[in-house]
Amino acid sequence: MSAPNVIINQSEKGIVRAMSKQNQTIYWRGYEELTNDLEFVKNSEEEFNLPSDEEKSSFSDRRDFLKTLGFSVAAVSLAACEAPVKHAIPFLNKPEEYDPGISNYYASTFFSGGDYSSILVKTREGRPIKIEGNKLSSVSGGGTSVKTQASVLGLYDNNRFKNPKKGSSNIDWAALDTEVKQGLEASKANGKTTFLISGSNISPSSNAAIAAFASSYGNVKYVQYDSYSAHGLLEASKDVSGNRVIPGYDFSKAKVVVSFGADFLGSWLSSTEYSRQFAKTRRVSPSNKEMSRLFVFESLMSITGANADYRTNIRPSEKGLVVASLYNEVAALLGTAPINTSPKSNRYIKQAAEQLVAHKGAGLVVDGSNDKNLQKLVLQLNQLLGNFGKTVSFANPALIKRGNDTDFNQFVDSLNGGQVGAVLFLDSNPVYDHPRGAEIKAGLSKADLSLSFAYAPDETAASSKFIAPNHYFLEAWGDAEPKKGHFSLIQPTISPIYKTRQAEESLLIWAGDKTTYYDFVKGYWKSNMYPKQQFGYGSFKDFWNYSLHDGVFEVNGVNPRQVGATSGDSTIVAATIPTVSIPEPAISFNLAGVEAEISELYKANATGYELVVYEKVGMGSGSQANNPWLQEFPDPVTRACWENYLLIPVSLAKELELKVTEGKTILVNLKAAGKTITIPALVQPGQNSGTVGLAIGYGRTETGKTGKDVGANAYPFIKSVNGNLQYSISGVSVEKNGGDHLVAHVQTHHTVMGRPVIQETTLDKYAKNAADGRYLPKITTVNGEEPASNFSLWFDNDLEASTNEMAKGPNKRPNHQWSMVVDLNTCFGCGACVIACQSENNVPVVGKQEVLNRREMHWIRIDRYYSSDMTKEKAKKETVGLIDMYDAMEIASDDPEVVFQPLMCQHCNNAPCETVCPVLATTHSSEGLNQMTYNRCIGTRYCANNCPYKVRRFNWFSYPENSKFDYNVNNNLGKMVLNPDVTVRARGVMEKCSMCIQRIQEGKLYAKKEGRRPADGEINTACAQACPTEAITFGDMSDKNSKLYKLLAEHKDGRAYTLLEEINTRPSVVYLTKIRNKA
Amino acid sequence: MNVTSSVREPLINGGKTWADITNDICRQVEGKPSKSWIIAFVISVLLLGVGVFCVMYTWFVGIGVWGLNKTVGWAWDITNFVWWVGIGHAGTLISAILLLFRQKWRTSINRAAEAMTIFAVLCAASFILLHMGRPWLGHWTLPLGNTYGSLWVNFYSPLVWDVFAISTYLTVSVVFWYIGLIPDLATIRDRATNKTSRLIYGIMSFGWNGAAKDWSRFEAVSLVLAGLSTPLVLSVHTIVSFDFATSIVPGWHTTIFPPYFVAGAIFSGFAMVLTLMLITRKVFKMEDYITLAHVESMNKVITLTGSIVGVAYITEFFIAWYSGVEYESYAFINRATGPYWWSYLTMMVCNVVSPQLFWIRSIRRSILATFILSIIVNIGMWFERFVIIVTSLHRDYVPSSWAYFSPTWFDIGDYANSFGLFFTLFLLFSKFLPVINMAEVKAILKSSGDVQTGQAEGKTTVSSDKSISSH
Repeated sequence: MSAPNVIINQSEKGIVRAMSKQNQTIYWRGYEELTNDLEFVKNSEEEFNLPSDEEKSSFSDRRDFLKTLGFSVAAVSLAACEAPVKHAIPFLNKPEEYDPGISNYYASTFFSGGDYSSILVKTREGRPIKIEGNKLSSVSGGGTSVKTQASVLGLYDNNRFKNPKKGSSNIDWAALDTEVKQGLEASKANGKTTFLISGSNISPSSNAAIAAFASSYGNVKYVQYDSYSAHGLLEASKDVSGNRVIPGYDFSKAKVVVSFGADFLGSWLSSTEYSRQFAKTRRVSPSNKEMSRLFVFESLMSITGANADYRTNIRPSEKGLVVASLYNEVAALLGTAPINTSPKSNRYIKQAAEQLVAHKGAGLVVDGSNDKNLQKLVLQLNQLLGNFGKTVSFANPALIKRGNDTDFNQFVDSLNGGQVGAVLFLDSNPVYDHPRGAEIKAGLSKADLSLSFAYAPDETAASSKFIAPNHYFLEAWGDAEPKKGHFSLIQPTISPIYKTRQAEESLLIWAGDKTTYYDFVKGYWKSNMYPKQQFGYGSFKDFWNYSLHDGVFEVNGVNPRQVGATSGDSTIVAATIPTVSIPEPAISFNLAGVEAEISELYKANATGYELVVYEKVGMGSGSQANNPWLQEFPDPVTRACWENYLLIPVSLAKELELKVTEGKTILVNLKAAGKTITIPALVQPGQNSGTVGLAIGYGRTETGKTGKDVGANAYPFIKSVNGNLQYSISGVSVEKNGGDHLVAHVQTHHTVMGRPVIQETTLDKYAKNAADGRYLPKITTVNGEEPASNFSLWFDNDLEASTNEMAKGPNKRPNHQWSMVVDLNTCFGCGACVIACQSENNVPVVGKQEVLNRREMHWIRIDRYYSSDMTKEKAKKETVGLIDMYDAMEIASDDPEVVFQPLMCQHCNNAPCETVCPVLATTHSSEGLNQMTYNRCIGTRYCANNCPYKVRRFNWFSYPENSKFDYNVNNNLGKMVLNPDVTVRARGVMEKCSMCIQRIQEGKLYAKKEGRRPADGEINTACAQACPTEAITFGDMSDKNSKLYKLLAEHKDGRAYTLLEEINTRPSVVYLTKIRNKA
Repeated sequence: MNVTSSVREPLINGGKTWADITNDICRQVEGKPSKSWIIAFVISVLLLGVGVFCVMYTWFVGIGVWGLNKTVGWAWDITNFVWWVGIGHAGTLISAILLLFRQKWRTSINRAAEAMTIFAVLCAASFILLHMGRPWLGHWTLPLGNTYGSLWVNFYSPLVWDVFAISTYLTVSVVFWYIGLIPDLATIRDRATNKTSRLIYGIMSFGWNGAAKDWSRFEAVSLVLAGLSTPLVLSVHTIVSFDFATSIVPGWHTTIFPPYFVAGAIFSGFAMVLTLMLITRKVFKMEDYITLAHVESMNKVITLTGSIVGVAYITEFFIAWYSGVEYESYAFINRATGPYWWSYLTMMVCNVVSPQLFWIRSIRRSILATFILSIIVNIGMWFERFVIIVTSLHRDYVPSSWAYFSPTWFDIGDYANSFGLFFTLFLLFSKFLPVINMAEVKAILKSSGDVQTGQAEGKTTVSSDKSISSH
């Protein structure tokens, strides 16, 4: 009802009332009323004669009868069936900021094993349900990683510690505090050392709390270590700059990047930040035909190697010499002194050197090894090339890795020597994730007190006497300093689910300090950060509130909000923020000893196999191994999940006569460093022929059901050389075990078969012709050849509404035309979008067996293709027959080029799925979306068969209610992560990418409430939001001012293509060609 | 009063009289079930039992118990469906088209063939329901009225056409078959010695009294139904083939499908009729009614339709190459040389090579050879559908999604269920209803141009136009 109507109605009523007052004629209800009969007056208020009380008690009237009947029927039927018990807890007092159905976002920080992201935590009805990137951070810039996206599920891990524990029995916090204090005192009294062990701790407040704890006891040693160590780089930096820090890298300024096994787009250091920076140099358009050039020298095939313009595989044992040869080539070009090592040149070394010298000051050389000498050499190489202060900086260093291998080794030695009185493990699990884990486990019994702050079961907690469970980071207060001067805050987004306590608070309590950790952090910020702020906040309260709101505070950054705006109780005074250029600290190089050590450690002509222990993008160190999303996350390169495997080169596969088909492979015995394990082998094209690879993060023995005993533990293979952990081990043997094994893959066919699904070119060719590499299907008619898209069975308006036409002119969709552009050149394949989508859209986890059955449910996948030695051109030239050609095309090249392609529902404007559904369960929206009506779906799967992109996913089982799928949605706690805006699909229905229709609707409703159209960028899909490189652009094609429209307009005659244009499905998802910067 | 011709083989052997026919055919219905029938029935019911367990399990747990995956969304389910529908073609073809073509040899086999059609279509229909993710909502494929007003089926979808085609076919087949049964049911009623039989067969025979008016109406209705059924023979499998032909899957999107599917359907249907008839003939001692001449005629149809199918296979290959469409040509190369080459080879040998053996007269007239080949043809036709469905789907456009399909025990169990259902129904039919159309067989006991045995040795023509023109 609209407002004017209401008014008219009210006035009408008023008129009626006024009229009845004017005509006050009295009518009698009967003769009795006129005569004022006594009996009548008595009963005049009641229409009927009602029974007396006596009468009432003797019989039940109609209403009573119906009531009784109704009640008994209801009671009987209720008793007959077991009503499901639903827990609903009403709010007695509604929190101010909380509205049911409305999401709240809280800024926070994710940090785990070097992987840092400033994040926004989306909460609904008081539950955190999704992690998004925080665009205000200059470090992560709104990008997230796979691990970041998946971390929300850790909160709802059913296996978390619910109580503090002594051994296996629960105790309360007071009792624990007493006993631990006694233990700590005893350690001090006995003259023994108390060790506090943690992973790299980037929280200033936490470090301050630990320092307070340490000083109150006096015998505390604080040791940090990294499960994937950067000790070598840290020590090299210390030698060079005096500070034990990671140099700040800026890939966005680099025109030439040379990486020696540093997987900076995947797992090396701050890869989310680096991916983002690197992507800026890979965005090619008609107005910017420049692009960086990436050289990679590595042993395994990493994501970075897969994205390289020039990739060379090298033996781990020759790496030092290869770096040295690059150094010497550069030195020769620059006319400086070479270093004296045995020469080991390699393919592309010369080109790399030439390019680096040609782009002095705009190049960057990085090395992924943990060898101090090599890192020093690389730093000097950067210095030689004038890259310091430009692409490498000690003025703006990263602080994400702080572990010290030497200190940690000393700890293990003193633990075994019985000199440790007490040991506390904070955010660390060295029994599992350190090569000396077994020694630590044995040594822990010698310590009088051992305590773990683990929030969920792990190997170290299992060997410790006490467990003082920490909050999960989404329940906790905290802060982080990933880069010098870049601070971010962690705030709780839910009250603690279990009886856990912030570890720092525990430490403070044991130190006799009763401050809550919240006050501690706030106090720390007041005395340390607030004085540094230059934004003009008048009071600490404002500074704190806004920093907490923004999540970040960057000392030399720009205030994210308009300076001068009124806020709270004080006005932000306009402050001129000086553009600070921090001078590079003096650096000094001393390569003495480096030559000799490199010559000793690296050999040019090694034989036999070498094992490289690497870190997977999804699983990381294994601390989140119990996270089913991460277990099911397919590795971007191998496309396998649910376990680790021995990566073997093609040559070894030939030796073992191994051909992996549909995930079926063999078990091999890996012998290295005196240890033998049995593990499935997986063939990796492009891997160095003398190298095998094994990922860490698997083989957990003490964790929840999901992560327990999945794969094999690789940590024990890591070798300690001069106190440095070495991740490559020589003298390895691989033998057939005789057993077979199935490794779950989401993709088992690895080449693109010469199909124009992937369209690519090189930068030179692109510069000449923007449409180079494009496949333009033509159909021959009587009038000559015409583009295939000119022909359609469908009406013209549909034709014009389609994507290609859209880029050229206005469309016929009445309101919006949602669309996506995916830039194959900036998609590095990391997979953050896959988990973001899973989290946003309640995509079920199906487990290893179902992945083996090829039934994973991911709505977006990242296809990875290897190039093949056989091409159609080659077949034509060499007159190879069709059958032989296709056979050869199925085999990936031994040293392939790699391309990644994210594939989600293409939202075809001529959707083949829509016509075949018998019940119209999949239809087209007026906004160009292909939508699924789950309620209507009867599950014929015809749509999936007829989908040329194979993006539709069928619910083969009822995943939330089938005990075979005991993952997060099968328990009440795990269910809390579900997004209430998205249906949990029933068994037997088809599902697929909806382009986050719930987000579109939400954005449209917000705009509608404000009486405007949705602004560009206001609505974003989960995948595009998560992408650290902004490779996915989502938007409204009918909005000519949208980023998407402009992007398409720019590329319409060039890089933009739709998949399978020749079958004329007219997708709404547009790809931009892959461009390699190579000759 | 057996009549024979010197040039044409008799349609019925053994010098049968009309009374002999009635006795021979009613014997099975009226007598106690034979030992072999009981054994066969027990086996069928056991098979059905196992099958029902598998079907129920599939129903309650979900079709994830099958081997399907994200790439291959149909495999055994739709293979079985199309296979059974194909088998269901023979009955109507025999009763309708052969009737219109005045092929008198059809009368000995049409009853059983029609019954087989109905049971086969029921089996096919069971797979339509079973293959759905939510079979309890299967009725949504019907254009039923609903409170949502605009909620309707999708008339673009070939699956909806299927629903119409199959349900029409089933209805017409059942009516045609039942109408044809009425005179025979009346015969059994009249011969019945106990009350129950008399009552049941009496109700079932709709008060048939054999009057000329009854016959006149009966024949008119039969003719009308034959006319109705004839286009259905062509339309049903045409529409089934549209499931594939109207899609965009390389290997499915083929204009040759409608005629090729119809030929294939008749091919497999005749083979199945032969398999069943050869057993029935033996078990019920019907050798005189189902003669070598019948077998031979059937084999000739099999050879013809098998050859049509073979030509279609080759045409598909030619068009795949000639079209120049990369995806299609790959689909066909992959069929023959890809991971499923063995199923393609099975199909080619069984469907193209094996029926060619029927060019040899001795094989064509050998009961054993025919029996074996009829089974081989049905194996081949099952593989034809499997090849079309699975090898096309498992490698279509985007190579990253290419996958392999392997069946599970439930794929097999649910297929077994349809066999259990089919044979149980067929055995019940053969016990309680006359497997041979008595009325029609009597009508062809003596054909035009025939002479009575023993009389016309050496004579070439004897006019005998008194034969009853049955329709």
